[in-house]
Order: sequence, then structure tokens, then C-alpha cells
Amino acid sequence: MNKKVSTTEEQVKIRQETKQIFKRFGKKRGNLMPILQKVQGKLGYLPQEAMLEIADFLEIPGIDVYSVITFYNQFRLNPPGRHSIRVCLGTACHMKGGYITLDAWKRRLDIDRGETTPDREFDLDSVACVGCCVMAPVTVVDGKPQGKVEPTKVDGLLLAFEHEQEKKSKNENG
Amino acid sequence: MKTVSLTIDGKKIETRHGEKILWAALENGIYIPNLCGLRDEAESVASCRLCFVEVVGKEQAVTACTEMVTEGMVVNTRGAEALRMARSGFELLLSSLPMDCAHCVKSGSCELQKIAHHLNIKLKSKRFRKLLRELPIDDSSSLFTYDPNKCVLCGRCVWVCRERLGVGVLGFANRGFQRVVTTFAGEPFGESKCQECGDCVSVCPTGALTFKNGKTEEE
Ligand code: SF4
Ligand code: SF4
Ligand code: FES
Repeated sequence: MNKKVSTTEEQVKIRQETKQIFKRFGKKRGNLMPILQKVQGKLGYLPQEAMLEIADFLEIPGIDVYSVITFYNQFRLNPPGRHSIRVCLGTACHMKGGYITLDAWKRRLDIDRGETTPDREFDLDSVACVGCCVMAPVTVVDGKPQGKVEPTKVDGLLLAFEHEQEKKSKNENG
Repeated sequence: MKTVSLTIDGKKIETRHGEKILWAALENGIYIPNLCGLRDEAESVASCRLCFVEVVGKEQAVTACTEMVTEGMVVNTRGAEALRMARSGFELLLSSLPMDCAHCVKSGSCELQKIAHHLNIKLKSKRFRKLLRELPIDDSSSLFTYDPNKCVLCGRCVWVCRERLGVGVLGFANRGFQRVVTTFAGEPFGESKCQECGDCVSVCPTGALTFKNGKTEEE
């Protein structure tokens, strides 16, 4: 669930940017949460290199940083994709087959919940109720709630992205 | 040293001042089910909820690993209420464990078997629906095998790995049903900072951590 997605170049940058954040903090274990939030705010996620830097700085085992990150939903282990897919699993969406929708996304994107496609085009996650239950099952695509997203609509939404992609590359080439 | 005398299951015993009921009982040959407690630990995490006992004068059953002995205390480890709570806790635990004793090297020295026997519960108890985790086994260490499916999350290994050795390879990750004992970023033991001291294997009460030579104790 926590694959290494960074290149060497990126790793160096991650380490530098993480260290930048330490300037504002003391070496107190209690600072772990705010540091994690700041680092994720800057990098968009919490890569392993950042976790190790933070563990070094606070002088705690790396596993303790990993432990806190995996405990809270707010933290991401994988980089954000260009498009974000959030499948609602709130009560109404759950009843209306939210899990079937989630499975369809997983299958089509070939990633699990909390992961990003290798080309960093899509990231997939679940959310607990986005507040538009009448449209259940809901998937929030790039911040926009889409209603009645059943597996066929998953295909439709992905097709739309493909079209857009094609148009873009045509324009760039033409 | 100051001593305290108390009665456990009708047996008069003497123990150190400040001792917890659990250790006083075990030392005197009186068994109380327990998974998460470790003798050297200053404060028990009391997370397994199996060591319930009844104390005369107390309205509710207490966890023996956290309750300090007092002079003249009368403890009953066989009270109906205490056993009822321990049984429910244990059956819930069993409901997410494979309990494949016939193929497990820990069989015969496993704390789960001992507890089941003590509480008179079948290891294949059907009271709660089975829900297994189906996690991959880590065979990468040259010294031991880690099968997270058999882990009861007692935390003993986590504690010894950091407190006794100052290493801190092990810890908890995730939340709820997904909670596991693991290494940094879930890396295999063979690639982790593990020093292969074997201490975590020695304290593991189940077949989750077992030596590769098939023995239950390090030779
Ligand atoms: S063998 Fe020793 S160092 Fe390795 S995980 Fe177990 S207690 Fe920690
Ligand atoms: S691996 Fe063993 S000692 Fe560690 S938490 Fe699991 S059951 Fe307890
Ligand atoms: S030994 Fe007392 S709660 Fe686990």
C-alpha cells in the first residue's frame, strides 16, 4: 500500500523541503502532528523520505511516524494525481452500492484505495458522506460531486477524461 | 522489602508491596488469562481485556494487570461476572484468527490454547462470525517468520523491541480492523533495521512470530 514512487531527484527535493519546515519547530515529540500537516501541505503527501527526515529530527523510530500517518485519514502516503476520485461510502451511498462503485474504480484504475496510478493521472480514495445523498451513489471527481455513479458511469467518466486528453495532445501537436 | 498479604481463590499469599494482582497470582501458581501484560513493563496497556478478576468490596470486575494488591485483599479469579467478560473478549478475538492449530509450530505452547482451555471455550468457537484479515506472511528474516494473521495485537513485541533493546523496529500501523504490527512503511524484516535478536519472538504469545528452526524458544 506504500510503494516508493519517487525518483532520486525527487527524493533529494523531498528531503530538502521537509527540512525547511523544521525551522519553525522544536524537537518535541508533541510536534509530530503539526509537522506532518505542514509537510503534507507542502508536498501534497508524505513520502518515505519525508517520514525518515521527520523521525531523525524528532529522534523517534521511523515506525512511530508511519504509525501516526496510517492512523489518521487526513494523511496521504501517495502523491496526489492530476485528477482526484473520491468515492462516497456514507450511509446512503453505502446502501446504494457505493462499494460496488469503489470496486469499479479500483478495477479500472488498477489501484487500491489511497493509491495513485503510476502515471500520476488519478488518485483514488473513499470519503464518508459528502452531503448530497439524493444523488447516491456519489463519486466526487476533481471536487465536483457526480450523482448515480454506477460502474457504467465510471466507464463513462473515464472515457470523458480520455477524450479530453486526446484533444489536448492534438492541440499541442497541431 | 515491604510485603503485602492477600487471598486469591482461597489461597493465602504474600507478595511485594505495589505488585499487581496478575503477577502475584501467576507467581503463586494461580493462572489468570493474559496477553498484553509484560512483567517488566511499568504500566500495563491493559488492551487485551482478558485478565478480569473480582475483588471483594469492589462492585465491578477489574483487570488484574492494572490492579495493585492491598493488605487483606480478597480476590476471586473464578467469579461469574469476570469469566463472562473474559470469555466474550476471548471469543471476539478468536473470531478474527485462523486457529489452524494442526499446522502451527506454536501449537502446544500457544497462550491462546491455554486461555481457551482455562475459560472452557472451543478454539473453533462459533459464537461470532469469522472475519479473517488475510495478510501476507513475512518470511524475509533469516531468524523468524511473521504471520500477521495470527497476531493478537498484544503489543509485547513492540515493547521489547524498543524498551529492552532501544531499537524500535516494530510498531502499530493503520486503524480498526486493518490495525497491524509492522515495520517502517511495512518493509520486510529482512530489509528493516531488525538486529535479529529474537526477543520479540520469545515474548510473542501466539504463532505470529516464530523461530525458523521450529523451536518456540531461542536456543
Ligand atoms: S528480532 Fe529484535 S530487533 Fe528484530 S524486530 Fe524482533 S525485537 Fe526488534
Ligand atoms: S506479533 Fe505476537 S507479540 Fe507482537 S503483537 Fe502480535 S501477538 Fe503480540
Ligand atoms: S493482561 Fe490485563 S488487559 Fe491484557
